[in-house]
Amino acid sequence: MNSEQPFIAFRNVHKSFRDAREGRIVRAIEDISLEIDRGEFVTVIGPSGCGKTTLLNILAGFEQPSDGRVLLEGQPIAGPGADRGVVFQEYALFPWLTLRQNVEYGPRERGLPASLIAELTERTLATMRLAGAENRYPHELSGGMRQRAALARVLVNDPKILLMDEPFAALDAQTRGRLQQELARLWIETRKTVFFVTHSVEEAVLLADRVLAMKTLPGRLKADVRITLPRPRDPTSPSFNDHRRALENLLAEEIAAEVATVGSV
Amino acid sequence: MALPAAILIAWEVVTAAGWVSSASLPSPRTVAAAWWDWIFGPRQALAWYSGTWGLYVLMSLERVAAGFAIASVTGISLGVLIGWYSAVEDLCDGMINFMRAVPMTAWVPFAVFIFGIHESAAIFLIAFGSFFPIVVNVAAGARQTPRILIRAARMLGTPPRRLLVRVVLPAALPAIFTGLRVGLGLAWVLVIVAEMLAVQGGLGYALWSAYQFSRLDLILAAIASVGGLGLASDRLISLLAQRVLRWQKGSTGQ
Repeated sequence: MNSEQPFIAFRNVHKSFRDAREGRIVRAIEDISLEIDRGEFVTVIGPSGCGKTTLLNILAGFEQPSDGRVLLEGQPIAGPGADRGVVFQEYALFPWLTLRQNVEYGPRERGLPASLIAELTERTLATMRLAGAENRYPHELSGGMRQRAALARVLVNDPKILLMDEPFAALDAQTRGRLQQELARLWIETRKTVFFVTHSVEEAVLLADRVLAMKTLPGRLKADVRITLPRPRDPTSPSFNDHRRALENLLAEEIAAEVATVGSV
Repeated sequence: MALPAAILIAWEVVTAAGWVSSASLPSPRTVAAAWWDWIFGPRQALAWYSGTWGLYVLMSLERVAAGFAIASVTGISLGVLIGWYSAVEDLCDGMINFMRAVPMTAWVPFAVFIFGIHESAAIFLIAFGSFFPIVVNVAAGARQTPRILIRAARMLGTPPRRLLVRVVLPAALPAIFTGLRVGLGLAWVLVIVAEMLAVQGGLGYALWSAYQFSRLDLILAAIASVGGLGLASDRLISLLAQRVLRWQKGSTGQ
């Protein structure tokens, strides 16, 4: 493989939708070009409607760009695949499968031998600290456990990249904090590439090597900020706060601009 | 059980007191005695009903089972396809809605004309009639498969052609059971109609014969028999649903 070739590359990506109600074309994202290295933890923040989830959906293969190309290891993304694990805000566990069956689902679909499926499942359940709850159905689990199960379900496939769409937004503050720590620990252990969409600046600074800030209407890249704070990170430290304030100011401009536009209409 | 007991007592009182003549309303005891004969009486050439109950129950059960099985398999298969593929929906929707608007009893002359006074006429009517509630419910259930679960399956490695079995079918299970319950209820309606008009033997046949012999006691015994069997089969399917759907929020057995 060519070492110059980026792990992931967005090349002049556009995406527009036809608004079903108003019948007009909405430009969700416009002319986005960026590269992501293997092992990078990238968070994407921006006001709602800035196209950050669209970016993730295109990477996942759920949506196709209207124009431009998205390459994974030099190959265009043709559709969803087990090499890109997605963690949804709504968990999206299969409600008719137990926790264990949800984790086994991917390896089974990929046709792995039974002994390997059992081994991988055991190991992943242990890593995600879900042992003991394997035989419960998703509705019998707490929100935090459901999201850990959703993470386990994709980690068991050993994906090249983790795509996380506001995964902790629906959780209470305590659970969210715990899961953020666990994800940070997991990332240090595995150095998996992570593409993490969030609307929380604190979460972005806490987890990322690199924060992509987006602006809205149309969705464009506004800033690409490196976070070099040592890990584990302390959200109460002055340097953490400096990063957070800088990003918040960046976003506040964006929101102010948005309000001004809406006000002038 | 308080309400049925109260009705039974009131009925007994009304008939015992002679407020209505025993010719227009037989007493519960008369009905019970006729029923007893119908079940346990000796099989004789002249006693047309004596001792035939078990056989007739079996005949009706077999017809319901055969017709309902056909309706379930075809209704679930076609329903999932309609709910998932809009092309299949476009193809079938108008036809199904038209057919559904025709009362099932209107098909009786047609069925007898095609199949004659024969088992197949009854089974056709039952299968055809219970097919519609099943297919409509299953299609609605399959149509409402959450898109996010489809996406989850895709990103875990499920190819598009396997989504139907892996996601759409299990997601439609609650709706499938709703359809099956409605369909089974209709199967009991139709077995009685078919046996009254299109085939010999069975509880509907006994019911019609009792009417022709002006035996209200036997009519009531036949009605009670059909009610009991319908109730029992509905319980059976609910039990099955509870087992299969124990993953559902709020289902029993948690």
